[in-house]
Amino acid sequence: MSTTLKKSKPVETRQNVVILFAGDSGDGIQLTGSQFTDTNALFGNDVSTFPNFPAEIRAPQGTLAGVSGYQLHFGSVEIFTPGDQCDVLVVMNAAALKANLGKLKKGGTIIANTDGFDKKNLRLAGYIDEADPLTDGSLVNFQLHSVDVTKLTRTALEGTSLGMKEKDRCKNMFILGFINWMYSRENALTEGFLRKKFSKKPDVLDANMKALVAGYNYGETSETFTTRFEVKAAPMPKGTYRSITGNQGTALGLIAGAQKAKLDLFYGSYPITPASDILHELSRHKNFGVVTFQAEDEIAAISSAIGASYGGALGVTASSGPGIALKTEAMGLAFMLEIPLVIVNVQRGGPSTGLPTKTEQADLWQAVHGRNGEAPIPVLAASTPIDCFDMAFEAVQIALEHMTPVILLTDGYIANGSEPWRFPSSKDLPEIKPPVVIASDDEGGVKRSRADLHDASGNFLPYARDERGVRPWALPGQAGLQHRIGGIEKQDKTGNISYDPLNHELMVRLRAEKVARIADRFKPIRIDSGPTEGELLILGWGSTYGAVRTAALQLQAEGQSVAHVHIRHMFPFNKGLGPLLKKYKKVLVPEMNSGQLRQMLRGEFLVDAQGLNKIQGMPFTSEEIRAGALNLLKP
Amino acid sequence: MSTVNGTITTPEKIDFSSDQEIRWCPGCGDYSILKQVQTLLEQSGRRKEDVVFISGIGCSSRFPYYLDTYGLHGIHGRAPAIVSGLRSVRPELSVWMITGDGDALSIGGNHIIHLLRRNVDVNVLLFNNEIYGLTKGQYSPTSPEGAVTRSTPMGSTDHPFNPLALVKGADGTFIARSMDRDPKHMREVLARADAHRGTSLIEIYQNCNVFNDGAFEILTEKATKPLHTLFVEHGKPLTFANGTRGIKLNGMTPVIVDTYAGGTSLDDLWIHDERDPYKASILVRLFDDPRLEGAMPRPFGVFYVNDRPTHEAKLTAQVALAKERKGVGDLDALLKGQHTWTIG
Repeated sequence: MSTTLKKSKPVETRQNVVILFAGDSGDGIQLTGSQFTDTNALFGNDVSTFPNFPAEIRAPQGTLAGVSGYQLHFGSVEIFTPGDQCDVLVVMNAAALKANLGKLKKGGTIIANTDGFDKKNLRLAGYIDEADPLTDGSLVNFQLHSVDVTKLTRTALEGTSLGMKEKDRCKNMFILGFINWMYSRENALTEGFLRKKFSKKPDVLDANMKALVAGYNYGETSETFTTRFEVKAAPMPKGTYRSITGNQGTALGLIAGAQKAKLDLFYGSYPITPASDILHELSRHKNFGVVTFQAEDEIAAISSAIGASYGGALGVTASSGPGIALKTEAMGLAFMLEIPLVIVNVQRGGPSTGLPTKTEQADLWQAVHGRNGEAPIPVLAASTPIDCFDMAFEAVQIALEHMTPVILLTDGYIANGSEPWRFPSSKDLPEIKPPVVIASDDEGGVKRSRADLHDASGNFLPYARDERGVRPWALPGQAGLQHRIGGIEKQDKTGNISYDPLNHELMVRLRAEKVARIADRFKPIRIDSGPTEGELLILGWGSTYGAVRTAALQLQAEGQSVAHVHIRHMFPFNKGLGPLLKKYKKVLVPEMNSGQLRQMLRGEFLVDAQGLNKIQGMPFTSEEIRAGALNLLKP
Repeated sequence: MSTVNGTITTPEKIDFSSDQEIRWCPGCGDYSILKQVQTLLEQSGRRKEDVVFISGIGCSSRFPYYLDTYGLHGIHGRAPAIVSGLRSVRPELSVWMITGDGDALSIGGNHIIHLLRRNVDVNVLLFNNEIYGLTKGQYSPTSPEGAVTRSTPMGSTDHPFNPLALVKGADGTFIARSMDRDPKHMREVLARADAHRGTSLIEIYQNCNVFNDGAFEILTEKATKPLHTLFVEHGKPLTFANGTRGIKLNGMTPVIVDTYAGGTSLDDLWIHDERDPYKASILVRLFDDPRLEGAMPRPFGVFYVNDRPTHEAKLTAQVALAKERKGVGDLDALLKGQHTWTIG
């Protein structure tokens, strides 16, 4: 079933294209989008995606609340964001058009499924008097293509054994076939995908294949589409690539870390949006010694991970804001035990249940400050889907080599978004060396570990520290190293319960010092783009990376004295950050919150940082960053 | 066994006590439990380093500090979850969980039921003193209705938990009860629990002589114990009051009968079968207030045993199966994934 019908329509070349697929949350929009993404990535484009869907699994059909979207930016140039505005909007119904028309460029292309614009759909979408935008002239500023996708799909599937409802489920494949044609791509990758997915349902496979081909052929034969487009391959660095989402990146980073430490990985988790995909991914890799434990609640998820770490595995838990709130007490315990643990927070809109499927960066303070007593925990933040891998790996390194819980912040935007990844080779990843102590027989035949880890009478000292302030990791089963640890304040070195006032102050300081010294291992801070000193520094963190980078490059091209620095170590800060901030007259901190990093910078460095804040559950556009910067650059 | 100067000597008794000063109140029932656990461990021949005690918060939860084993004093109510994680990765260790009525049944209620249904291999010692001791005398989820405590000056309005009925409801695979004042019985039950593979839960009646002194007096004192307690043994008829009374099942209903001359024959009594899940459900329901006229005696001993597989055995088997099917994880193959493309 080949689709490479090389016929005669003219082909125009585009440097980059933003396309937004939108429809009901049951329309298969996410699948259509991700398949087109993979096809383009395989072709050699750089890509960036933004899936955006409602919290409800099947929200009421045809309503604005039920619209699911998948935005894809692909190009023959480097791509950093899913795009501010789209060139092409594919809508399966009236609500999808209404919800997304504002994102379409003036003069942009609309491909509309006319069947989704009947009176009922128009009413549900809130078009006054059921006025049909496809026919009332209101879209005159756009290139509108009305296609009866439903009818065409049904026609293509005439004679198949499927019922009408099942036939209609193939609409998304018709659309995908058509878009493949429009952008001069082949159906091959999706055909392979369908064969695998429906290997046990030959009739469903047949129908989906037919719809895919019908969509492609429709482009070829329909008279309304006179031009095809082409986006050439991007000048990407040489190498082998795959596509990766942020949650996949996090999962793989955790496994890679455990492998490099030669430890089993225990993942305690309670399902929550948008973190559950990490659980799904990890549960597929048990052959790496991965144990996944779907706990009864968030507290059990983290507590079981603590138990696993106590036993000598790498304990990991992940959640999103509300779940992290529940884990707080146990984080304090892990901090007090000084035990390795990685806690991932895939942030979503808050507070409380907030906006489960939308993105935000509003849990920074929760991560840095959210525990009783003084319990500093290192906090890392990933900036892109790929960076989720790197930061998860680094979180494992820090947790294991410094005997501490570590929090990794990602968010719904990069967790679900994907990009091409020139994946590393395992030999390029550093070995991880946790301070595990082994006991062996001393002269008297008694089990001992290193001399500095025992007192004069030979008792093991679980809280004796090395030069970095790190305690030894003695695992149950080791003779001569039996010890008791807990959440009650402990005596220096012995770990025995102590309420001594001066000891408490000493221990609070020792624990804080240990965490502060982790900054010694960070690589020097790097300027992402722009001058080493000048008028304005845009200081970003987390998932705003792509938008900030795009804006900074543009401002620099416009001759502005603007630099971009993106930090990944939220606590402790990189030692170079303070001096760097002083090299620019102004500092702008864009954040998807009300200014949490900005306040931390002010508190730490007495710098008059300005905020650019967006709290809409949606990522920044690069234009918003650029406008914010220009506003600050005004004389 | 080792040889010294050619003579065979019996192994030295391993001392499981730690160097830490015990900080329970003088006269606390916890001392007795600690002693019996130490004795059992010493007799078990187990190596100290292979034993781990995990606890939550409360008076009982200080227990791990007093044993020279590995120990983790956790946070309130969460010991079952810590145990579950530990056992998932270290199934060869002997793990014990120390908890109390507040820790296990109030703040940790959600965790204990899931520990039981999963059947994690751990010996759970639930110290029940029907009071909050460490916070100085508030009622607990096992305090009887009407209990006058510091937080219930007019008497508790809460209906209490029947802990072992809860354990049975959560499909616990080893259900037993003992008391601090009967060391011999406790030792026997501890040994049985230790031998069981799965979650062995022993509810231990423990006297808090400071905040709830005498809560179980009627069950533990010489004068009243025979009449109000029922010590069950597998395969034996249910008798009490020095054998003069017994329990008979009238259909599903247990009734007290006389067993001396002219009374009910021992053959007609309820014969205890610790493998019978239905009878166990009735047994745990013998929970009358012993002070009431005609109250059923309170049972002690091993009520129920079931050998279904442990949670960690199933987890470990899945990991082994995955390795067998897919081969031991190859990190490079994982990083590469299913679809790749090459540029340049």
